[in-house]
Amino acid sequence: MIHPIPPGTRDVLPEEMQELRALQRSLIDLFEARGYGEVATPAIEYDEVLARGDGRAAASAYRFFDGSGDLLALRSDMTVPIARLVASRFADTEPPLRLSYLASAYRAVRPQRGQMREFVQAGVELIGEPAPGGTAEVIEVLEAALDVAGLDRAVIGLGDADLYRQLLTELGVEGEARESIIARLATHDLVGLEAELSQVGGISDEQAATCVALSQLRGGSEVLAQARGLGGAAVERATARLQETYEELERRGVAGRVQIDLGLLRDLGYYSGAILEVYDPALGHVLGGGGRYDGLMKRFGVDLPAAGFALYLERVHVAQMEEERRKGAGR
Amino acid sequence: MSSAVAGPSRAKADGPLKLAVPRGALYGETLDVLDGAGIDTSELRGDSRSLIFETEGLTLVTMRPSDVPTYVEAGAADVGITGKDVLLEQADRLVYELLDLGYGRCRMVLAGRVGDERMGESARRLGMIRIATKYPRIAERHFEATGRQIELIEVKGSVELAPLIGLGDGIVDLVATGRTLEENDLEVREEILECTARFVANRVAHKLRAAEVDDLTGRLREAVAG
Repeated sequence: MIHPIPPGTRDVLPEEMQELRALQRSLIDLFEARGYGEVATPAIEYDEVLARGDGRAAASAYRFFDGSGDLLALRSDMTVPIARLVASRFADTEPPLRLSYLASAYRAVRPQRGQMREFVQAGVELIGEPAPGGTAEVIEVLEAALDVAGLDRAVIGLGDADLYRQLLTELGVEGEARESIIARLATHDLVGLEAELSQVGGISDEQAATCVALSQLRGGSEVLAQARGLGGAAVERATARLQETYEELERRGVAGRVQIDLGLLRDLGYYSGAILEVYDPALGHVLGGGGRYDGLMKRFGVDLPAAGFALYLERVHVAQMEEERRKGAGR
Repeated sequence: MSSAVAGPSRAKADGPLKLAVPRGALYGETLDVLDGAGIDTSELRGDSRSLIFETEGLTLVTMRPSDVPTYVEAGAADVGITGKDVLLEQADRLVYELLDLGYGRCRMVLAGRVGDERMGESARRLGMIRIATKYPRIAERHFEATGRQIELIEVKGSVELAPLIGLGDGIVDLVATGRTLEENDLEVREEILECTARFVANRVAHKLRAAEVDDLTGRLREAVAG
């Protein structure tokens, strides 16, 4: 007899579990070796506490009342619970703190799209280490994680979360138009972006063209010079931040697989400064992401800079299989 | 320390870039534009039953326009061409819309039978209009944005048929010349939006094959501007 489970959840059988476990072990061993101790937090938290970290209404897709009438929520990532944990358990510890995790998180799914409601994330959080050193360390660990997963073709996109916010402020774009432009940038709807920019008063054609051109700049360190050529204080500040991080990565010898991407925009509310995305050519989907969230800890009462990344474990596993297939076919 | 340092440029292309080409109404003009961009489409113009064609530096994959977002989102095709109507109807597909190609221009409209007032009557007496369409999301969004309630009836085939035999009060459909409407005794009541062909890209391909995607975007931009 077949007993259904909710769409977007799944059972894992021994053969797959064996492979997932091997991947999990190698990642957690790496994190530990780099000084990132593993922590666990409850999957269920008070909604109020999670919402403190990410103010958007959609922060958690699953909220419910318990027997005593408290509003609880399933976590949608591990960054906010760890911020909560650090503020509560490590308030007196001398920073920096290095923590890692391997945990399920929960998000809303659209029907019939094969999206996962419950998925596993593996990641690290480095709390109390500012940019650029902290960012570079996190990228260094991420690179090593991709290596132990066997994804030697994977690429890390590095962008700046504040670039467009500051650029739009500089251009005097506020309110609805601002939200709408950010949304077009986030979805990379260039046709819509151009249309939107042409409707906003006070922006010259040249400024609009700059905004569009910026979002298409991605590649090695040469794109920083190209971006500067487009001008403006916001661009100057963002490229200076990226340059610092990139130079730090070069010093550590790990800049090789980092792609600077001025079009990068992540949709989580708490990012500031550097943002990261991970791609593998064998897969059409993003494998993970992260970045800096220097304002997040403050919302929990501890004013510390922070950065981290999370890999979607199941997607990394798919990419592993695709890469193995490809190598098999190539020989 | 990570060993094997692999730069973005080393993210080796798995063969040529794959371009999803829409069959159907956009097919002819798409091939013309591809020719203009220096892509050899002669094989696609023959009567070959193949779906995949290799050309110089590009693999062309032909498919239904409505499948293009699916293939491109998954990365099975790196880039593709399809109508804005398809993109709007599948707005939850994450693809990057890079270029308005300008051709394949048509209008999404609300149409009813000539001289027939049942849409108004249904709205007054039933509180909602019954709309037959192949574009349920576009229709829903349009009526929601204009503060009217509808009952959606999704059909797959010739939607002009629906109001003629009493399925729905009106239709939301794509109109190029308006001849089909005319022949079926229907008339345009409201213009909803204008649609043209768009060039889209998979988000990972846009990052990892940046030079190739940008080059093709540039060539297409010139081809449609010329």
